[in-house]
Amino acid sequence: MNTLILRTVAPPITALMLVFSVFVLLRGHNEPGGGFIGGLIAASALAIYGIAYGVSAVRHAIRFHPMAIAGFGLLVGALSGVVSIFAGVPFMTGLWIYPSIFGVEVPLATVISFDIGVYFVVLGSVGSIALALEERETD
Amino acid sequence: MAAPTTAPIDLSAAMVMAPTALADWLVIAPMGLMITLGAVLMMVRHKLHLHGWIAIPGLVALVILDGLLLWRVAVDGPFTMTAGRWLPPFGISFTADLLGALLAFTSGIVALAAGIYGLRDINATGRRYGFFPFLMLLMAGVTGAFLTGDIFNLYVWFEVLLISSFGLLILGSERQQVDGALKYAVLNLIGTTLFLIAVGYVYAIFGTLNMADIARKVPEQRDVAPLLTLSTLFILAFAMKAAAFPVNFWLPASYHTPRVVVSALFGGLLTKVGVYAMIRVMVMLFPLEREELSLLLAIAAALTMVLGALGALAQSDLRRMAGFAVIAGIGNVVAGVAIGGQTGISGAILYALHSIVAMTALYLLAGEAARIGGSWSLQTLGGLYRQAPGLAVSAFVIFFATAGLPPFSGLWPKIIILKAALDIGAWWLSAALLVSALILTLTLGRVFLLAFWRPQLASAVGEPVSPATWHRSGPLVGLVAVLVFFGMFPDLPVRLSQGAAATLLDPTAYIQSVFPTGGAE
Amino acid sequence: METLFSLLIGVFFASAVYLMLSKHTVRILLGIAILGNGVNLLLFTAGRLTREIPPIIPFDSDVLPSAAANPLPQALILTAIVISFSFFAFLLVLTYRGYQELGTDNTDEMRLAEPKDESLPPLGY
Repeated sequence: MNTLILRTVAPPITALMLVFSVFVLLRGHNEPGGGFIGGLIAASALAIYGIAYGVSAVRHAIRFHPMAIAGFGLLVGALSGVVSIFAGVPFMTGLWIYPSIFGVEVPLATVISFDIGVYFVVLGSVGSIALALEERETD
Repeated sequence: MAAPTTAPIDLSAAMVMAPTALADWLVIAPMGLMITLGAVLMMVRHKLHLHGWIAIPGLVALVILDGLLLWRVAVDGPFTMTAGRWLPPFGISFTADLLGALLAFTSGIVALAAGIYGLRDINATGRRYGFFPFLMLLMAGVTGAFLTGDIFNLYVWFEVLLISSFGLLILGSERQQVDGALKYAVLNLIGTTLFLIAVGYVYAIFGTLNMADIARKVPEQRDVAPLLTLSTLFILAFAMKAAAFPVNFWLPASYHTPRVVVSALFGGLLTKVGVYAMIRVMVMLFPLEREELSLLLAIAAALTMVLGALGALAQSDLRRMAGFAVIAGIGNVVAGVAIGGQTGISGAILYALHSIVAMTALYLLAGEAARIGGSWSLQTLGGLYRQAPGLAVSAFVIFFATAGLPPFSGLWPKIIILKAALDIGAWWLSAALLVSALILTLTLGRVFLLAFWRPQLASAVGEPVSPATWHRSGPLVGLVAVLVFFGMFPDLPVRLSQGAAATLLDPTAYIQSVFPTGGAE
Repeated sequence: METLFSLLIGVFFASAVYLMLSKHTVRILLGIAILGNGVNLLLFTAGRLTREIPPIIPFDSDVLPSAAANPLPQALILTAIVISFSFFAFLLVLTYRGYQELGTDNTDEMRLAEPKDESLPPLGY
């Protein structure tokens, strides 16, 4: 697997997939897409990088342990559900704010932050499984 | 995208318009707290010294929240919060009634005890594998299963607790654990898949997944839909989770492999979630079907308790003995469900509560005995009475409570179930109850005789072990105190479980709390 | 259409049960994967099969068109897929570990946790 071709194309492909995963994540707000599929794409980006450069390179590159990333996502998701306690509405109710950034009205919601949480949970947990399987292959 | 305030749509047709009282958050708070802390612990997984400082206060807070929840439900009756403001049955409802709140509170106590015990029992490797995060997520799953009012959501909580239990089971990845975990994982996964199949049929028949809504619609569908088949499928799935007789073999194959504190949690909590689901679905949703299937349930119950007790008699490993004792206890609860009626159901609920505490205590006791005696096997254990008299006293209480002997908490549910069985004239079921109790008494009496009373074997004299710190003795003493206290003063739990049974048998209050105005549609 | 799907689900379940009755963990694993897919199909059929109109509210309307497909089973299936996918991944790793550690994929030979020649408790002292 560790060919020159793969080693050459792996960094651009990984970068492209990571950007695409964020695009899919944000697109999921109104159209097909979302945190789960975005997280899967990001996790496969890590897996490809791992195949080309080895698991330790990936672990070094993402800085945090994949399970810590999943924990962060879980925290973001849980907090997005709980924020509605301050608005006097039930758990998991979508809350919206409409700040205008550079003159453009940007709708932001707890729905989006929940989806971002899902993204990190999937990225972390699927990523850690993929890395664990790749690690085993080498030894 | 317009702001909701300018929307011309009448929101009150689909959404709850009344503001949510802060007190209603009590039904969400236990799960919210556990998931949040689990997430935080996952993030600081490698800062091992922080784990205890986050987890133990979190579990104390869980017990307090569950206590407040129980208090509110006992005073005001069931209450509901539906996620996302959607009117039920469209939103996912969380409904706390006495049954769920009682079980959640008891599990909280047990989890706190296990968490404290785990501070010493789980070494750095186990912590790095994530004992405390998995404990938090397990408690989120268990509490969520007890408090949800939506049957698909119940399935999701089952999976949450299942995946965290996998994590706990293979903490440290020893060879024996991999063997046990493989059997546990495969059979439990098949069990929950059977449950999901049943949920699919529920949706096909009723077009709803909200349990209160199903309870309302069951009478309309009784003549047209195959509800008896559906109930049998539910019983099979939940019996598999609860380890009732023909589908119990995964439990003794796996429960003795993990760290003993994990076994204690599993023995106390996991089978009870299956029992809870069986009570909830068979008693509240399909009462007439339960009556029709009661003979089947009774036979399974009788076999479960007798074979569980016989299995315990044949084991020399303390943990495997405890595993079979768990199965025998499940037989008692299923017997209560099979008998039905106010007495039978309240007996089953009370037994489940007692069993959560007693089984956790039994495993923790086995752990302490093995730590001091240096072995799990009755072949080599001995002289514990001389080495640890306090432990021997706890053992005495726990063994009596497990066997259902007075004056400890095992006696009362057993008497209630026995009386219910005699009232309906099921002499053979009463006989099975008594025979099972007798065999368990023999088994546990023999453990006491061999492990505690017998002088220490000359071959087993080793280095003296350090005396138990409060991390180890505290949880055990606490659980023993619960067993003694509710044996002496059974009034409160008996009244609460009678109230829980009454709410299940006549779910008007439960339905009322979900649909205060009669509901949508 | 529902009848056809029911038969298909039956085939899924039958092959899943057949595979799960095997002694070898890999086949059991495949059986579980097929069972999970069968259940997804079951949930899908339970929501009644309607074609053509996706469950999306048009711009000029407040409610779904009356003949639109039922969106709820799709949400249920998505949840079930996510869960069964992660469990399958976990079981895959566990089976592989089991094969490495125990040296066999035959469940009859996995007697490490429950040894065959386990001694009975002593009869006295």
